[in-house]
Amino acid sequence: MFGWEFPPHILGGLGTASYGLTRGMAQQPDMEITFVIPKPWGDEDQSFLKIIGACNVPIVWKENDWNYVNQRIGSQMNPDEYFWLRNGIKYDFRRIGTNDLGCVEFSGRYPDNLVEEIGNYEAVASVLAHQLDFDIIHSHDWLTYPAGVFAKQISGKPLVIHVHATDFDRSRGNVNPTVYSIERRGMDMADHIICVSNLTRNTVIEKYGQHPDKVSTVHNAVEPLPDADSYKKTPRKDKIVTFLGRITMQKGPEYFVEAAARVLQKTNGVRFVMAGSGDMMNAMIDLVAKRGIADKFHFTGFLRGRQVHEMLAESDVYIMPSVSEPFGISPLEAMQVGTPSIISHQSGCAEILTHAIKTDYWDIDAMADAIYAIVKYPAMYKSLHELGRKEVNNIKWYDAGLKVRAIYDKVIKERQ
Amino acid sequence: MKNICLYFTLHAPYRLKRYRFFEIGQDHYYYDDFQTEDKITHVAQQSYLPANRTILDMIRSSNGKFKCAYAVSGIILEQLEQYAPEVIDSFKELAQTGCIEFLAEPYAHSLASIFNANEWENQLKLHADKVESLFGIRPTTLCNSDLIYSDDIGDKAYKMGFKAMLVEGAKHIMGWKSSNYIYRSAPAPKLKLLVRNTKLSDDIAFRFSDYTWQDFPLDAGKYMSWIHSTPEEEPIVNIGFGYDALGINNNAQSGIFDFIKALPYFAMENGIGFMLPTEAAKKIAAVDDFISCPYPMSWSGEAKDLSAWCGNDLQHEALNKLYSVAERVRLCSDKSLKHDWEILQASDNFRYMSHSDAWGTNYESAYEAFMNYMNVLADFLQRVEEQYPTTIENEELNALLKTINNQEKEIEKLEKELKAAHSRKSTAK
Repeated sequence: MFGWEFPPHILGGLGTASYGLTRGMAQQPDMEITFVIPKPWGDEDQSFLKIIGACNVPIVWKENDWNYVNQRIGSQMNPDEYFWLRNGIKYDFRRIGTNDLGCVEFSGRYPDNLVEEIGNYEAVASVLAHQLDFDIIHSHDWLTYPAGVFAKQISGKPLVIHVHATDFDRSRGNVNPTVYSIERRGMDMADHIICVSNLTRNTVIEKYGQHPDKVSTVHNAVEPLPDADSYKKTPRKDKIVTFLGRITMQKGPEYFVEAAARVLQKTNGVRFVMAGSGDMMNAMIDLVAKRGIADKFHFTGFLRGRQVHEMLAESDVYIMPSVSEPFGISPLEAMQVGTPSIISHQSGCAEILTHAIKTDYWDIDAMADAIYAIVKYPAMYKSLHELGRKEVNNIKWYDAGLKVRAIYDKVIKERQ
Repeated sequence: MKNICLYFTLHAPYRLKRYRFFEIGQDHYYYDDFQTEDKITHVAQQSYLPANRTILDMIRSSNGKFKCAYAVSGIILEQLEQYAPEVIDSFKELAQTGCIEFLAEPYAHSLASIFNANEWENQLKLHADKVESLFGIRPTTLCNSDLIYSDDIGDKAYKMGFKAMLVEGAKHIMGWKSSNYIYRSAPAPKLKLLVRNTKLSDDIAFRFSDYTWQDFPLDAGKYMSWIHSTPEEEPIVNIGFGYDALGINNNAQSGIFDFIKALPYFAMENGIGFMLPTEAAKKIAAVDDFISCPYPMSWSGEAKDLSAWCGNDLQHEALNKLYSVAERVRLCSDKSLKHDWEILQASDNFRYMSHSDAWGTNYESAYEAFMNYMNVLADFLQRVEEQYPTTIENEELNALLKTINNQEKEIEKLEKELKAAHSRKSTAK
């Protein structure tokens, strides 16, 4: 599998989904997973799969002695493996800047020279494709499609690509032509396309011209939260309504602010929290001031790890007014700690949730109404709290893994 | 001789409009007239009118041998008067044949029988008045909303003067008993219970046009032979379902109207007659067996209980909030407030809040139904509050109102006394 992020060092939902899916799939006894990411940190959980860091794979032949390699990358990879992989170099990649080991230095993030990094990742894939033994190639998100395609061309093994998002979601329709062409080529070359929701599936079929038979939906799930009960809601006078995520165009933060303004016109005793950071944060602070609700509207900045669940557990309502969300795992996380969620119809997770309130992202009246109802009518809160939690605990990665497995089997059978 | 007691129920709620919380206190009109009209005219055109024509034909061609009963809620009568008066006219025509009976039911098709006995009685009276004023027949047999029945309800019904009541043939209550007899109510043995034959009713209402059903297609001959083949000593078969089964659940193309039309002929051929509920309760002796039903049952779903209307937290909250002001609304005299009160009680409002069985809903989810209803209710409660603040206890309020209402009588009485005293004085002089 080619991926870009893996917990605990994650920047968005991609890493969480990659982890959950591989973990669910690893429960199948006859499944062995090798997961490639640009830059491992060494503290990833490798108990159920093998992680290869692309930054440790040589793509240019350099003579080095064992002890030196051990000293350089021994903490992340066995030096023997380095030498073994080195035998897989079949092409001349000297045009790419490499270090003393013949490896590329990846940032593992989303840098400005992302397209270049994607190309380098592709080069790494060629080495791996020559050297590793595998039955299927699985590429997560557009960053790794070129790598998957190249690996397919070299090995002749079927390629499955996993669409966690398309550029149409990220850009509200103004796609970047470079990104689109990378996505399009990956989809054209793939033997099967897995989408995280029907919403994404439709985009793939309509905007990328893929044949519906080739595109399946496997909804994401959520990792069970072992310490869900340890998150407590401190009793307080005011109710808390939370938006949590990147404050970007895709997530629809302005609709949250407008809905908050409508609620506050009519009621007291409600506070609104916008957690996260992003390029629209300053604009949102301005908007809050303009609506005159700054005394009831709070920004927390970026939250990570346990803070996220603590914030969710402290909230009375979680709201995700995303304009276009391929799946959106955070409402599921909110429901795990028993927080009622309001989600937009334009979110993939709306397809599998019953015990959450769904509105259109632009319908601030409906959103305000839902917030009001959860805050004012105890039965509403209680129902969503209990039934939502029950529902979300039944959405398991293991089941998603089985669906992916069925697709693998089908693709391999077609090949034969 | 075997008899069929056939009855139909008609009810439709007023649809609530999308009512946001910021309208609370501003807007006191809660209804989506367009939607209400759309639904009622649709069902009138597709079902009620052709069905009434068919029934009228059947009565005429069978020389009055064919009979059937109707339970029409007060709320739907209002809607028909407003949007489809031709249906009212056709019912009037049916009423004149003398071969149909109107059954008593709560005006709003409400759950008042469970939540507030006074309100229930009040609605039964309202409904009877309405039916009498329209059709000139006063209902005498009780058909509670969705056939809701319990010992408690049976007892109260008897005390209100009903001699017969229609109930559901729920398996967990009937046990081994056949529904084709007339039973007595356990708490009030003089109240006769006519038990719906669930299988034969659902055959028409739900399975008639289901081509995966083993007995598809159903024809009148086959149907009557089933009834004929029931044990000979069983005197009555009660068949009841929603009137829209004719024309909506089973559309006209399914042949449902021809099926109904052919019933009297095949009934006659098999020596089976038709009887109205009141007539049946009078003429057929009840067997010496009681029906005891400690918890309410209804005709809904598989469980035949109240779970469709008050099975989850949302429904409990809404119902409790609503009925908490029952006494206050009864005391007030504001007509529009009272009308809203009735409409808000319609059981459909609560059914839409069911997670599993929101039959006929126009909401996306149970939560939406709840939100919208609660916003409307919040405004309604405010209006009640304005009339009678909750700071005054019910009893106190009652006493005060009594004083106000009786003051004229009181004054009159005192004046009389005064006059008497005067005249006594003058005679004494």
